[in-house]
Amino acid sequence: MNLSELDLSSVWLTLKLSALTVCVLLLIGTPIAWWLAHTRSRLKGVIGAVVALPLVLPPTVLGFYLLVFLGPQGIGGKLTQALGLGTLPFTFTGLVFGSVLYSMPFVVQPLQNAFEAIGQRPLEVAASLRAGPWDRFLSVALPLARPGFITAAVLGFAHTVGEFGLVLMIGGNIPNRTRVLSVDIYNHVEALEYAQAHWLAGGMLLFSFIVLLILYSFHAKPRSF
Amino acid sequence: MPSHAVSKPIHSRPAVSDERLIAQLSVQHADFVLQLALDVPARGVTAIFGRSGSGKTTALRAIAGLHRPASARIAIGSELWQDDAKGIFVPVHQRALGYVFQEASLFAHLDVRANMAYGMKRVPAALRRVSWEQAVDWLGVGALLDRKPDQLSGGERQRVAIARALLTSPRLLLMDEPLAALDALSKEAILPYLERLHRELDIPVLYVSHAIDEVARLADHIVLLDAGQVMAAGPLQEVLTRLDLQTAFSDDMGAVIDAEVIERDEAYSLSRIAFPGGDLLVGGLERPIGTAVRARLLARDVSIAVDVPGASSILNVLPATVLEIGDAGADKVNVRLLLQAAGQGEALKNNAVLISRITRRSRDLLALQVGQHVFAQVKSVALLT
Repeated sequence: MNLSELDLSSVWLTLKLSALTVCVLLLIGTPIAWWLAHTRSRLKGVIGAVVALPLVLPPTVLGFYLLVFLGPQGIGGKLTQALGLGTLPFTFTGLVFGSVLYSMPFVVQPLQNAFEAIGQRPLEVAASLRAGPWDRFLSVALPLARPGFITAAVLGFAHTVGEFGLVLMIGGNIPNRTRVLSVDIYNHVEALEYAQAHWLAGGMLLFSFIVLLILYSFHAKPRSF
Repeated sequence: MPSHAVSKPIHSRPAVSDERLIAQLSVQHADFVLQLALDVPARGVTAIFGRSGSGKTTALRAIAGLHRPASARIAIGSELWQDDAKGIFVPVHQRALGYVFQEASLFAHLDVRANMAYGMKRVPAALRRVSWEQAVDWLGVGALLDRKPDQLSGGERQRVAIARALLTSPRLLLMDEPLAALDALSKEAILPYLERLHRELDIPVLYVSHAIDEVARLADHIVLLDAGQVMAAGPLQEVLTRLDLQTAFSDDMGAVIDAEVIERDEAYSLSRIAFPGGDLLVGGLERPIGTAVRARLLARDVSIAVDVPGASSILNVLPATVLEIGDAGADKVNVRLLLQAAGQGEALKNNAVLISRITRRSRDLLALQVGQHVFAQVKSVALLT
């Protein structure tokens, strides 16, 4: 294997980025999915569409606007500067920010589907059995939505691992800081280092396949709930 | 198998409570208006009976607080659950109620034991009046405790759901057609459990149903709902024998009597049962003397003779007085009869009224009049227990 230290660093950075993104997304995606599954508000369509935008937008478009928004002249950039955080583009934090937006639909939609599949009835039953709103959510909705959470976490992780355009736009190509796996592969190919590119690309192919295999065999199993 | 030892009623309150369940509410959907003014005793089983679409479930959900009606006053005894005049709305989980849904809706991620414990452990120990052993025994779920809901039959699931609701020691048990989703066999299997609860449990029950046989079997009181309006409400025996409700009950009209086995005739395999209106001989009842039984005497199974009938194959002939005559379609009339054995006590009369459905022609041939003394011939007694 002729992978350099920098290559391994990009692999590590990718895993770190994906894990962090999934954690953030489960935290903010769960309330969004819950709201989308239960609301009768007219805003449901708008929020649902915004969440789904990354599914259809080229990542470069999202990355471009984020770059402008978070740059020194953008509203977001001015805000982070005022808070003493500096500007986010070309930092790891900026990458996490972008990845969260970019992978949002892959986490929110499975969760929303899971919550909708549960329906109101188990929650009503729990209420009639003296469980308050938080109690109902924790003791009934969460366990019943477990398959949805697994799907959401796996898809969110895998999708973040695979992003390229957005990372390039907002993160750039800084070794050890923002150079993730997909960008690293691109660099190797540009430099005609096909051997290294093969190792990384092949590894990624295998990884993606295994992730999806686990996911599909998990869902094919007869459910006991 | 659970033992069937007789348990004592679980409350230490006086046997007959004067508390009332009051529900005044109005619910408006697009093309449906429910106007309910309910004031029934907070004891025994009160059936909310009506066709599908009459608003039964809507009413029950509103009483539970699962649906918040625009304006309502809902109280059980001294406990106020909703009163919009005072700005009170107690959320469902703070109301001491049990709710049994039409489909069992057990939590799929929990086994039977955890399902049953779910509500119980959310009630402070000091407020628990139904013990785990009682609930397990009453509903016969002891052998099911380690199973998952998908390993249960429909009837078993519903029994677990009822036990689960009871374990919260509710002040009021709301049941929304709990048997409607079951096949006839499972239904038959679960009814004795409900009857036992009715006998032994001092928790008032609101029982929604569109099946008159269930209502006749289980209810003490009945509220007749039609198109969102209360058509009639009162003791079961009284309402089921009201001639003005002919259109609502049609062929199901008839008396329901609560009787007791007083004699067994092994030679003919008959039992004599006594009720305030007299005695009846019935077959197919293998119960010891002293057993309480409930029976239906459908209007179409009762005929009338003006003179003492001579030799006849009909076993049960009871002297009666004509109280009222009402139309029942183009060719028939309903005759409301008071059995003479009842005496004059007002309280007994409800349990000593029969309805007889005869042709209009027979009425004219017999020249039936209100106040006339006649003989009611009971062709068939439908035992409900």
